[in-house]
Amino acid sequence: MKKLSLLVVALVSAAVIGSSAFAAGGHGAVVDQVHMNMSDKASLQNGAKIFVNYCLSCHSAQYSRYNRVAKDLDIPLWQLKENLMFTTEKEGDLMKTTMPAENAKAWFGVAPPDLSLVARVRSPDWIYTYLRAFYIDESSPSGWNNSLFENVAMPHAMYELQGVQKIVGKVDADSHGAIDAHASSDAVGDHKVVGDTIFELSHPGKLTPVEFDKSMTDLTTFLSYMAEPAQLQRKTIGVYTIAFLIILLILCILLKKEYWRDVH
Amino acid sequence: MAIHRHDNHKSANAVMEWVDKRFPATKVWNEHLAEYMAAKNFNFWYFFGSLAILMLVLQLATGIFLTMHYKPDAELAFASVEYIMRDVPFGWLVRYLHSTGASMFFVVVYLHMFRGVIYGSHREPRELVWLIGCVIFVALMAEAFMGYLLPWGNMSYWGAQVILSLFDVIPYVGPALTEWIRGDFVISDATLNRFFAFHVILLPLILVALVFLHLVALHQVGSNNPDGIEIYDHVDEDGKPLDGIAFFPYIVVKDLIGVAGFLIIYLGNVFFWPDGGGVLLEKDNFAPANSLQTPPDIVPLWYFTPFYSILRASTTSLLFALEIITGLIVLWLWIRAKVSIKAKIGFTLLAIGVFLGLLFGSGKAWGVILMAAAIVCFFLLPWLDRSPVYSIRYRSLPFKIALVLFLAAFFILGYLGMNSPTPGRTLLAQICTVAYFAFFALMPWFTSIGKTKPEPSRVVYEAH
Repeated sequence: MKKLSLLVVALVSAAVIGSSAFAAGGHGAVVDQVHMNMSDKASLQNGAKIFVNYCLSCHSAQYSRYNRVAKDLDIPLWQLKENLMFTTEKEGDLMKTTMPAENAKAWFGVAPPDLSLVARVRSPDWIYTYLRAFYIDESSPSGWNNSLFENVAMPHAMYELQGVQKIVGKVDADSHGAIDAHASSDAVGDHKVVGDTIFELSHPGKLTPVEFDKSMTDLTTFLSYMAEPAQLQRKTIGVYTIAFLIILLILCILLKKEYWRDVH
Repeated sequence: MAIHRHDNHKSANAVMEWVDKRFPATKVWNEHLAEYMAAKNFNFWYFFGSLAILMLVLQLATGIFLTMHYKPDAELAFASVEYIMRDVPFGWLVRYLHSTGASMFFVVVYLHMFRGVIYGSHREPRELVWLIGCVIFVALMAEAFMGYLLPWGNMSYWGAQVILSLFDVIPYVGPALTEWIRGDFVISDATLNRFFAFHVILLPLILVALVFLHLVALHQVGSNNPDGIEIYDHVDEDGKPLDGIAFFPYIVVKDLIGVAGFLIIYLGNVFFWPDGGGVLLEKDNFAPANSLQTPPDIVPLWYFTPFYSILRASTTSLLFALEIITGLIVLWLWIRAKVSIKAKIGFTLLAIGVFLGLLFGSGKAWGVILMAAAIVCFFLLPWLDRSPVYSIRYRSLPFKIALVLFLAAFFILGYLGMNSPTPGRTLLAQICTVAYFAFFALMPWFTSIGKTKPEPSRVVYEAH
């Protein structure tokens, strides 16, 4: 039986590795890794600030409530009302944009998607890369394009922060190691690599490239929080639950031993 | 039995006597728990029966709470799930318990079935226990499939669209039947409402009834054991099996270890990895259903993927391979098989029918037939297995090799079903499909060859 189990494990691993070999050259886009810290309240608060100032004008977060965000992020209610609530007066309201969907469709060709769950639909890494991959493109209707999401209808909402990027070229697909080396927020001279694309900053924005990357990390962290607000308490409750269950398991083992003591 | 305790429990006994005259409470308790004898040497594989019941109860309990807040309406369903996840106190926990629970239920049921296969629990006299169990498996798949539509995410929508359209391949009535099931020309509010009714009422009732029958049948013939031998062959003067032990409290306290251990894995997943890296909760299902936007890869949840792979593997080249295999079987029948001429002619006519079907049928139609056949195969197991011994401990080497190959094929098919097809992967899925069916088709042969080990007359048990 043990030999059989070992054989099964070996075969299954071989099978998985073997079939992954068939999968060589998958269709995943090259994305940068974002380093989020869900317990960093300052980072979450900054992300929330950027979200309501730059995203909420067009995008909704229609499943998220202002007062829940304030409570989870330790934002006092007065501060919430003064600095974050631009679309409504009621703190228990859902975070809906004031831009009518029909107008949005007429202006952009497509209604901006709701962002409540975007971090779970895409991935934090994807969002982090996407937000930093806008560049100037005279041929597109908005004047902007995105190297991760070609011909996206969205213009660069945060160009005043980042400045204007020009595309310089693509990272050679063969030198994947080089992407990893450059993918962090370091600008290489005047050049910067986002995903698989090399950019040049032709007009600087309000923030330096390093500051902008940090802000986008904060925004991504906030979007990840918003996709699943329960995650902040989920893990804490989980630790206590598992600790209880381990004690329960030990007690069950002892109980069984006691009952089976006289079974021969 | 309770006479000597009469003084201490006078009032309690009076109540039980009153009840027992009117309802067989003590009788049922004794027959099915306190005096139901199971083998002493149950190992961890025997946890999965009680764990399956635990999962059924948990899914019913969490399901009831979800139903209190969920809205079975195409306009509201997706938002109501997010309402549960955000605004209902501990709604997220109930939802994750239910969504992860569905996957854990299948993990437990697959392991429970595998236990049956390796210890011969499907063999005489437990064929009906096995058959009812197979029906439970099918009902559970229907329950899971319909439940998956309810969040009304984009993968819910397109998954249901793909699977329901499979009925289209049934000759003549297919399209009309599909439309009747959906209640519309596409998956819509009508489909969502009826799936909700089936998921929360019809199938749970059927499942509970089937589980009851499963246990009734089991208690008629008694539980098998890891040695696959009959414990009632050696009984004491009271007719109790020497190697048996009362289910309550002995097996119950043992099963509690299984429950605690299982809950650590299950709740560990719920609290620390609820989406299981996109396997338990798929990324595309966090976007609402959209009839205009097909997800890049429409894949079912992992527990369906071995069967889904078989469906997808059915292409013209697989049908061609099956035609050759059919031909070879007929050739072997006439040259080597020792059966009557009548049987040879009968089988050859059948083979010609299958051959013509393969030649003129479409890959899609055969995919559906093969997928259904892959599930039906499990029902036939008690009669395909001809081994003189029941347990893997004493089985011959050919059986062990075949079982390992089958497992490998099953896992590879499951893996491939979760990923988008490429020519290489389709070929691999086709090879595994042939291996999958070969396991069942060749079982009468490989279970009757090779050298089995002698079964012991008493179960192997070491007290500790």
